[in-house]
Amino acid sequence: MDTKSEIIAQFKQVAQEHDKQLAPLTDDLALLDSGLDSLCFAIVVARLENSLGVDPFSDDEDARFPVTFGDFIRFYENAAK
Amino acid sequence: MKMPQNNPPSLWSAITAAGNLSCILVGLDTKASWDELLQGSIRADRSSDLRGQSVLLATTDQFRASAALIELDGIARRIVLYPPDLSPEHLPYVAMTAEADMLVTDRPEIASMDHGIGRVTQCGRCISPAKLERASQIETEWILLTSGTTGHPKLAAHTLGSLADSAWHKDPSSASTIWSTFYDMRRYGGLHIFLHAALTGTSMVLSSAQEPTADFLERAGANGVTHISGTPSHWRRALMSPFADRIAPEYIRMSGEIVDQAILNQVQAQYPQASVAHTFASTEAGVGFYVNDGLMGFPPELLRNNPKVDMKVEDGTLKIRSTRTAFRYLGTENKFPKDAEGFVDTGDTVELRNGRYYFTGRRDGIINVGGFKVHPEEVEATINRHPGVAMSMVKAKKSPITGALVIADVVLKSSPGKVYGGSDVAIEREILQFCRGELDAHKVPAAINIVPMLTIGESGKLVRRNA
Repeated sequence: MDTKSEIIAQFKQVAQEHDKQLAPLTDDLALLDSGLDSLCFAIVVARLENSLGVDPFSDDEDARFPVTFGDFIRFYENAAK
Repeated sequence: MKMPQNNPPSLWSAITAAGNLSCILVGLDTKASWDELLQGSIRADRSSDLRGQSVLLATTDQFRASAALIELDGIARRIVLYPPDLSPEHLPYVAMTAEADMLVTDRPEIASMDHGIGRVTQCGRCISPAKLERASQIETEWILLTSGTTGHPKLAAHTLGSLADSAWHKDPSSASTIWSTFYDMRRYGGLHIFLHAALTGTSMVLSSAQEPTADFLERAGANGVTHISGTPSHWRRALMSPFADRIAPEYIRMSGEIVDQAILNQVQAQYPQASVAHTFASTEAGVGFYVNDGLMGFPPELLRNNPKVDMKVEDGTLKIRSTRTAFRYLGTENKFPKDAEGFVDTGDTVELRNGRYYFTGRRDGIINVGGFKVHPEEVEATINRHPGVAMSMVKAKKSPITGALVIADVVLKSSPGKVYGGSDVAIEREILQFCRGELDAHKVPAAINIVPMLTIGESGKLVRRNA
């Protein structure tokens, strides 16, 4: 599975587990409007570390935090390169 | 016991003495000047006399809680601050332990539950003018709730004197300061900021659990917030918001969780004009110290050159003695962690590396998930109630978003009937589902690993090692 599909799958899975209403995952969706809270994001990041083998949040101390869903995907795609 | 000197006799008289009474306290849907708060009441029914009573304050709204605190400090014998995120199921225990005579609330589900408190007063939405007789004030005990091992919260006793800082009165820059915090003011970190604002007569913008981060940032920005605090998790969330640029603070403070270099750098990059500080504080130990050099950890000089706070590192754990520590726990379930010399054991472990101390975690294994404490034993007890589980061990996994997450290693029962002999994935999901029905969200493991066995040490206890 490519990075983007894996990220989408994890967003959906975690939203379902936590009874969160997930907004349509478009590139310009603001992450904080996605319906997931901090705990959900933390779980998504932990699971992506397992499945993709990268954690771009921890790997770079100076990285700017992604703001939109598109930023989030690019954040992982760049880290995987 | 060393008692604080020159205590303000009550919040009411301290705010009066601060003098900037036109500065305002801003809630989610209402606001009032300090003067209005001093001259008013939030209670819908003011016929009951609260003098010398033990009052349990359980409001959703922070503004109402703040107004009630100003009204009741110096009048009530005891005020219990019940945080909105704490499940109401603990309320009867808290009420009994604090010997509560009166419940002040704006929450219908709490007013109508079987709480065991004799009298209930509803809160109004806004302040209305009222005068309380203040000729004879008493020192009120303030009770803050923290997470306990047994599942019941611990009730830590403070007074205004132990929560306030005498240095605040001398702060000359306070006239143009507008405080805010991501914390709830019923938690130590939030109460500390509320008192700082109240006792220096500065304006303050209260956060709200009902408000999305973006809206809060927008409201804080629109109100011109200059000083703002929160946990590293609060700040990570703020940085993920497209509204992060709505605030332009001069001063940012982090506390309540281990602060790492990444979050210090990221906050500084987003707010280049701000001084970014972090502080060590806890409900039991009070405020220990502030770190202003932009680096994680703290220099050893801080342990020695602090005129107000004595600190030491013993067995790798930070211990603090000062007039800001809590006095005791109410009730008999927990022993207050204070030694014969008056040092409060913070339970936070530190390590000296290259001439600087760094926090490494909790000696007792408490996991801090975005500022919420999780006792591994409580989660294990829940997992172990699942009929398919033989034993389990809960541990922390580092998270760049919430500082830590809860994960669990689980040993399944070897079931001859193969009732639980399905795929690991199916059982993992079933156990997680079970936990979600029993535990608060931050206590539910983010992942479950099915393992063949767990290591039991010579003491007969699980050998705990954090991931």
